[in-house]
Amino acid sequence: MANPTLHDLQHPGSEEAHVPHHPFLQHHFEDLGQQHEASTLGMWFFVAQEILFFGGIFAAYTVYRVMYPAAWSAGAHHQNWRIGFANTIVLIASSLTMALAVWGAQGAKRKFTTLMLVLTLFLGMTFIGVKAFEYREHIHEGLFPGSAFTYVDHEHPELTRGVELFMLFYFIMTGLHALHMIIGAGLLIWFIRRSWRGDFGEEYYSPVEIMGLYWHFVDIVWIFLFPLLYLIH
Amino acid sequence: MAHAPDHADHVGHGPAHHRAPIGMYLAVFVALMVFTVLTVAASRVNLHQWNTPIALAIAVIKATLVILWFMHVIHSPRMTWIVVISSFLWLGVLFVLTFSDYLTRGWPIY
Repeated sequence: MANPTLHDLQHPGSEEAHVPHHPFLQHHFEDLGQQHEASTLGMWFFVAQEILFFGGIFAAYTVYRVMYPAAWSAGAHHQNWRIGFANTIVLIASSLTMALAVWGAQGAKRKFTTLMLVLTLFLGMTFIGVKAFEYREHIHEGLFPGSAFTYVDHEHPELTRGVELFMLFYFIMTGLHALHMIIGAGLLIWFIRRSWRGDFGEEYYSPVEIMGLYWHFVDIVWIFLFPLLYLIH
Repeated sequence: MAHAPDHADHVGHGPAHHRAPIGMYLAVFVALMVFTVLTVAASRVNLHQWNTPIALAIAVIKATLVILWFMHVIHSPRMTWIVVISSFLWLGVLFVLTFSDYLTRGWPIY
């Protein structure tokens, strides 16, 4: 041992240094188990700040909804709950396939994991496609806030500005959600490649687990957006 | 060699984590579907001021199912539990402080 590594210095006489490492074990971790715990914990810290990021928008939504309840109700009636319902099923199904991809990776089922990731991507893109269709309908109705907002509530003209505010929240909340899904879809393409290449297995599946944490978090945001934007009585 | 026996058990092994049976994922998915149908059904009935609390309660149940089982928190180390619980604690602080101001000003309702 001409040039002892830091590891050798900290563990004098340890034989571990000579045991070949798993290719994905980073040098600052003792083993893949410790690396896995650190990775998932780090991802949970990220998810925690995402919860607060969306939480601030949900708080603002609540304040304005309490101030303009009639406008919120009128605005929600421009949403097609059947489409929202169908899209909710699509998104929850994508969470199932994502969870099954992690399950497959844990069992070193390379083809199954890759197939589940492909299905997750397909369901995610279906959701985005439906969302784009809904956006087009809203814009066509003149419901996009700002100078493009040409909608007038003929029954209750006094609600028009409130409906515009509701639609502002609608586009910001669903838009940020959709942005998260597009980022997730990009990550999935990378993961499909890695999975097919055989990177993941019983010993090393942390990236798939972390990808799952992100995807499920985005699913949870939608679980709250659906009743709050589509199902106001 | 003092450290070797402690680590030898782990070297070459992956994370000694729980791998749930596939049926668990399918059961959680079915439960999420049932609650989704339930939330739509509940919104079709006029329950006056109870519509929104019921919709939110169902959403909280669905989110809890996803967090505990799809996100594996149920089998995670305590440190993960602390981060998960404290994130919702801070979300609670955000909501309580915001609403205790804005929702108690007695502003007119439009």
